[in-house]
Amino acid sequence: MGNTLENMVEVKGLKKSYEQIEAVKGVSFSVSKGELFGLIGPDGAGKTSIFRILTTLMFPTEGIVRMMDLNVIKDYKTIRNHLGYMPQRFSLYQDLSVEENLEFFARIFGTTIDENYDLIKDIYAQIEPFKTRKARKLSGGMKQKLALSCALIHSPEILILDEPTTGVDAVSRKEFWEMLIRLKEKGITILVSTPYMDEANLCDRVALIQNGKIMSIDTPEKIIGNFGRKLWAVKSDNVYQLIQDLRSVNTIDSVFPFGEYLHITVKSDDDNLTDLITILRGNGHSGIEIQEIEANIEDCFMELMQ
Amino acid sequence: MKRFIGFVKKEFHHIFRDPRTMLILFGMPIAQILIFGYVVSNEINDVKIGVYDKSKDNITKEITNKITASGFFILSDNLNSDKEIEDAFKKGIIREVIVFEQNFAKKLEREGSASIQIIADASDANTANIVANYTESIINNYMREELWAEGLPYQINPEVRMLYNDELKGVYMFVPGTMALILMLVSAMMTSISIAREKEMGTMEVLLVSPLKPLPIVIGKVIPYMVLSFINAIVIIALSYFVFKMPIQGNFIFLLAETLLFIFMALSLGILISTASNSQMVAMFISMFALMLPTMLLSGFIFPIENMPKLLQWISAVMPAKYFITIVKNIMIKGSGIEIIWKETVIIVGMTLFFLMMSVKKFKVRLE
Repeated sequence: MGNTLENMVEVKGLKKSYEQIEAVKGVSFSVSKGELFGLIGPDGAGKTSIFRILTTLMFPTEGIVRMMDLNVIKDYKTIRNHLGYMPQRFSLYQDLSVEENLEFFARIFGTTIDENYDLIKDIYAQIEPFKTRKARKLSGGMKQKLALSCALIHSPEILILDEPTTGVDAVSRKEFWEMLIRLKEKGITILVSTPYMDEANLCDRVALIQNGKIMSIDTPEKIIGNFGRKLWAVKSDNVYQLIQDLRSVNTIDSVFPFGEYLHITVKSDDDNLTDLITILRGNGHSGIEIQEIEANIEDCFMELMQ
Repeated sequence: MKRFIGFVKKEFHHIFRDPRTMLILFGMPIAQILIFGYVVSNEINDVKIGVYDKSKDNITKEITNKITASGFFILSDNLNSDKEIEDAFKKGIIREVIVFEQNFAKKLEREGSASIQIIADASDANTANIVANYTESIINNYMREELWAEGLPYQINPEVRMLYNDELKGVYMFVPGTMALILMLVSAMMTSISIAREKEMGTMEVLLVSPLKPLPIVIGKVIPYMVLSFINAIVIIALSYFVFKMPIQGNFIFLLAETLLFIFMALSLGILISTASNSQMVAMFISMFALMLPTMLLSGFIFPIENMPKLLQWISAVMPAKYFITIVKNIMIKGSGIEIIWKETVIIVGMTLFFLMMSVKKFKVRLE
């Protein structure tokens, strides 16, 4: 079943329209076997639409979409056999216990828990102590692990995860990504979408997507490398006032808040910002800190959005 | 097949773990049949009757005593002529007149049989029927326990006559009607809701991506409700038989087979509804307004179809419940076989096939 194919997913010129709105506006990318591919973008960027088309749940309005070299429209039945899918909301049966959920998904895919236990062992072992508990009583992180176990139980070739870490605590998020990386090492091709920029670094390649368009596809390192300019982090005791003041300085190109710091780029990379400190002091700011920093994915995203 | 069994097992889990579903499935049918039963029938108590005893011998007196001693009846009038019967009914106090024929005891002795006429005021058809049935059974009891026990093989023939409404329209309507209503509700509404729930919770997304084909999904959804509806139907029949003394004149197996057919029809209708609704709320409202109300109002359950305006009569012709009610009444009360009700049966089979075809056509293998 297409194991030797280099490209497990191939999308060319994909467009998707709902009545009035065009959600996906011409997207092309491909994912090769064993790759962990991330679709990074804010809510409403079109990530779920793309995934639903890939999982054969929706028709593309335009463009070519092939999974394992099969057509998503004609060959949807074959594709569905080799797909693991975790929709945005964890699709578990709330009134079934952990074990019953897993058993059910194993059954409908014509397999048993024992048969593929190896694949899910790392993940399932963590929730196995609670296997008689009803899914509705699980914490967000445990639900997520159960949903992943259910999506994996039939040993799919491609795993598609739609915002699996949304609404999950930081520790569980970290654990989850570690699991994905282990699954990737087992040769499963993984497509994952997320609104969290920090998760992008963990992917082999990412597509930054905004308003139904892909702005950039590359490895996280290269995307960061392409930033190509100096980035500064600025802080003062009155951050809100600082934003206003920085935006009114005409040598400054962009100002975005990142936690307690503001990330700014300036029009000329030769500028060492000594003038800026004087200006800010003149505006009455105290506790000013300025330092040069490395760009991260989010900085790149903001830059591309402009 | 294993996949399919797994699916059915899951459905049963859903049903048995949701107290509300269980209540609707089992509490409601019993409550409804009892409510309808008692509201329509009223327990009879202290019903005033008249006796026109043309014979006035030991046996007629004994029977009269038996009837008044039962606690259901109060002897309010002793009548002396046929004319007085009519007058007594018109006054509206008595509900029943028992007429013993002349030379009752002598006839019993000589010919081995004699007749009692039971005349009931059937303007209240239901009460009339119950009153007549009670009287009949008291007489039969007397015959068996007093006469036969003493080795007297006499035959007393009660002849029931309904006055004012001898076709007894509306009587026993509630059992077939409630049965149709409940089966419709349980089968159609519950199935449509349970399919809509999968869509609402997002689990349908995963089911669709799984290799499970739409037909097994739908059948897997339907089977548990089919089993439970069938149990419900048996409970209703048992209640009406034991609590309300509704006779089952016809073939019991045949009755169950027709019931199963109706359940199947309702289930296919439920599936059709679910294809048109994306949330449990929508499924419930469609079921309520498209099924419940018309079933109650237009199937002849509460209002006789003959009295409806022409337009509503036409609408009632597409109510599956109408045909089912006819079928159940015919089997239970008249003891009819397939030769009498084949037309209704064919209509329900046709409707089932139509709904099934429509739902298979409309069932989406995708989200749109």
